[in-house]
Amino acid sequence: MIRTIALAAGVAILSLPALAATTQADAQAALAAAQAVENDALAAKAAWTTTEANLTKSAKALAAGKWDEAKAAADEALALAKLSIEQANAQKTIWRNAVVR
Amino acid sequence: MNTARLRDSCALARNAVCALLLVAAPARAADEKIDPEMDRKALQAFVFAKFPKTPKDDFGNGPYAVNAEMRKQWLEIMQFPPYELALDEGRAEWEKPFANGKHYADCFDNKGVGVRQTYPRFIAETGQVETLEGAINRCRVENGESPLDPMIGMMASLAAVMAESSRGKPFAIVIPPDPRALAAYERGKEFYYSRKGQLGVSCASCHNSPAGERLRGDILASTVGITAGMPIYRSDWGSMGTTVRRIASCSSQTRAAPLKPDDEDYRNVEYFMSYMSNGIAITGPGARP
Repeated sequence: MIRTIALAAGVAILSLPALAATTQADAQAALAAAQAVENDALAAKAAWTTTEANLTKSAKALAAGKWDEAKAAADEALALAKLSIEQANAQKTIWRNAVVR
Repeated sequence: MNTARLRDSCALARNAVCALLLVAAPARAADEKIDPEMDRKALQAFVFAKFPKTPKDDFGNGPYAVNAEMRKQWLEIMQFPPYELALDEGRAEWEKPFANGKHYADCFDNKGVGVRQTYPRFIAETGQVETLEGAINRCRVENGESPLDPMIGMMASLAAVMAESSRGKPFAIVIPPDPRALAAYERGKEFYYSRKGQLGVSCASCHNSPAGERLRGDILASTVGITAGMPIYRSDWGSMGTTVRRIASCSSQTRAAPLKPDDEDYRNVEYFMSYMSNGIAITGPGARP
């Protein structure tokens, strides 16, 4: 019984990296998704430099075959790009609250 | 039971009233009449009240108008102004004829002397705002020359020459009674007051209420007069730069991706800021930290 449990635990531990590993396709999809939202931000003149930096970092990691790093940077870029668009949309009306009258 | 129902009804009515107020508030603000002169008077009154000891025309000297210690250092720097080389370069270029024999002076009112305080201008033919640098580049292109980089180098030197000839003349930006001009002004005002970049700050976040205060090692200049000292030699850059170079670098500092130098938004915000400085004497070219 103890041997069976130990064997099962060993198999589970060994398979963890395989389960967590990011594939090239995952990283490419993440980068494409982030770039698409960033394109919207650029069109709205709402882009942030940090989004652009993460996109560049992701593309470089992708080219170097570092899928995990590429996906992490793309995910960060996606989150930032979404926030930048939210900011621009919110400011369309609330900027008036800051006007000196 | 009836009491509970009545209480629920009251709560519902109260919430409905609140919701209506929330919906109505931005709509009312958006319907505000575009009144540049009212805006200018309000902003200048705010700034002058904050710095009651600063002479009006001194606001063209940016942070040196509102901080005694920096002013002392600046007066020493101005014994040998760091923009002198740019002025020499600009004067030589200004006098040099284009390939077709014409000069920069041929493109401007009064041969380009003492007109800087009237830029940016609204151009009816294009329906857009044109900055001083835009006018210089239009002059070049119309005379068969290639446009200059509107932020640095020779453009800053030429703008310095024109600014120097306007020193002491009060900003006199005109917003004609053309709906397109008023719309451009309003878009510039919106850009100025909108929070941008990952840091979520607007131009106003630094240059309205906090003017005169420190942001790390810098003293923040007031919006009123801020464009009067342009173009500037900035020690941080180690070179000259035009107004749009400063606006673009402000954008980067807020972690907003800078727009193209001739972007309509940048031209409009310069139009707005310069109008807010109407009545303040031109001091450019200037020197800044």
